[in-house]
Amino acid sequence: MAISVKVMKRPEAGRTSYMRATLKGMSLTFKHMVNPRTVTLQYPEEQPDLSPRWRGTHRMEVHADGRPKCVACGLCPTVCPANCIRLVGGEDDQGNRYPIVYEIDEFRCIFCGMCQEVCPVEAIHVGRHFENAEYTRDRFVYDLDRLMEQEHPTTLLWDPSDSRSE
Amino acid sequence: MNEMQQLDTLWFVIFGVAKVLGVFTVVMLGVAYMTLAERRVSAFIQDRHGPNRVGPFGLLQPIADGIKNFIKEETMPGTAARFYFILGPTLAIMPAVVTFAVIPVASPLPTPVGTVDMIVADVPIGILYILALSSLAVYGIVLSGWASNNKYAFLGGLRASAQMISYEVALGLSVIAVLLLAGNVTLTEMVWQQQQLGLWFALPLSLAFIFFVISAFAETNRLPFDMPEAESELISGYHTEYSAMKFSMFFIAEYAHMLTASALMATLFLGGWDIPIWKGDNMFWHEGALIQGFDASGAAIPATPTVLKTLLTLAAFTVKTSFFVLLYIWVRWTLPRFRYDQVMHLGWKVMLPMSLGYVVIVAATMLVLDQVGVPFGLTYGLALTGVSAICTVAFLFFIDRDRIISGAHRRKSGRRTAGRTLASGERA
Repeated sequence: MAISVKVMKRPEAGRTSYMRATLKGMSLTFKHMVNPRTVTLQYPEEQPDLSPRWRGTHRMEVHADGRPKCVACGLCPTVCPANCIRLVGGEDDQGNRYPIVYEIDEFRCIFCGMCQEVCPVEAIHVGRHFENAEYTRDRFVYDLDRLMEQEHPTTLLWDPSDSRSE
Repeated sequence: MNEMQQLDTLWFVIFGVAKVLGVFTVVMLGVAYMTLAERRVSAFIQDRHGPNRVGPFGLLQPIADGIKNFIKEETMPGTAARFYFILGPTLAIMPAVVTFAVIPVASPLPTPVGTVDMIVADVPIGILYILALSSLAVYGIVLSGWASNNKYAFLGGLRASAQMISYEVALGLSVIAVLLLAGNVTLTEMVWQQQQLGLWFALPLSLAFIFFVISAFAETNRLPFDMPEAESELISGYHTEYSAMKFSMFFIAEYAHMLTASALMATLFLGGWDIPIWKGDNMFWHEGALIQGFDASGAAIPATPTVLKTLLTLAAFTVKTSFFVLLYIWVRWTLPRFRYDQVMHLGWKVMLPMSLGYVVIVAATMLVLDQVGVPFGLTYGLALTGVSAICTVAFLFFIDRDRIISGAHRRKSGRRTAGRTLASGERA
């Protein structure tokens, strides 16, 4: 492909006005100066309006008696593309499976939300939440207790019949 | 009558020191808050918020900036000329601060020991002192540009000197028109003459006002004339190598310069501390007494200075100065930078001949008015206003329509470039 130079169309000599253009620009900036149309979100005071399908850090749903809903089926660590979920399952006297260890490394997580999609009992969820700052790196491996403590709203699953979540 | 007395030496010294400290503090505070104003106003122009976190409305931001600049690491380029490298910022900041000394900020203040002039030093050379010192500021810039041993800094210094020389001429010539009308170089007398004329010099000398504003922009290295800094071309020009407080000194110098230039424009063209229409604030030392004016028979009317009048006139002066400061900021965030050849072209081929011609016109008009016998007053001012208005319209018409500041494409078109050798086609 030949290299070509785009030649800008300029007004003919003597037909441009720098004085009037300047005054026009000054009036425009003045309008903005007295009436700034700011769109900046004053973040800590004003919270952003997160999408219902925003995928943030996880939370684990709990039963009314405080047990996690997870049945340790092992689907989420299997489907997880980042391999960030560590699950060791156990079984109680009645034969109910429950997680002994359930850890999510939020640093490895890519927030694809597939764990939530694959979960048969709607136990693990990604959340509409983004304020995750911590002082140390090891605080980012969320264990079961931590996941159960989370209180932020959970993400809405994608619905094929309502593809824009409206 | 005791209140009308001039001060004796002891009180003069005491008040002098107080005024020096007061003006210096106010100028430094003004500079600090001008940086905030610049950031806030530029933010508003660009539909942003600007710094609004430190203190209410970001009012403590300048203090935070100051602390930051103090505790930052000072760097010294290995190949810099150490002595001149340190001398540079000092020379830049000094003239910017001291020029404020001859600007009257309010009407005289009555005290139990006599009447205090609201000016640090009412030196008889007034405006000449300002012109002499403000052009010294360029030495700081040139010196730091050279001492940095950095090609960008050096180019910035060179540009600063070229620009300063070009626009100092137009600045001086536009001041001459003011001197012709005021008949004196002290700024107190200029304020007095504007009060006597009943018109601020911005009207009878409108073209000089325009030239002065343009030159003042160039003198303070503000956009659209910030050739010496020109971030996009020269990194940051003469202060590329400076850091921490030394960098801050250049910043303070620039803003102090702006403040002084604004105050000067307010004094020369907008009546200084004069409150429009109201005659009661007119005050001037005439033969050892404060007078308000002369009555029809030529006898002096004594003036009565009061604290309230001083405060009101101070407020008027502040408003006028802030207007120009705001104008500086407003223009900076609207206009793009000139090309270097455009700056030179505007300076030498437009401003110099036109301001020279305007001085002749003003002088001729004044000569005619004096010969006709029009007394120095409103009629005199209005006649001059008419002549100046014609000149201003002619100037604006001339500068409009691509005649003065042309885009680069005009060089190629060859229609109006006969005298220039820049067009590459001509050589081939």
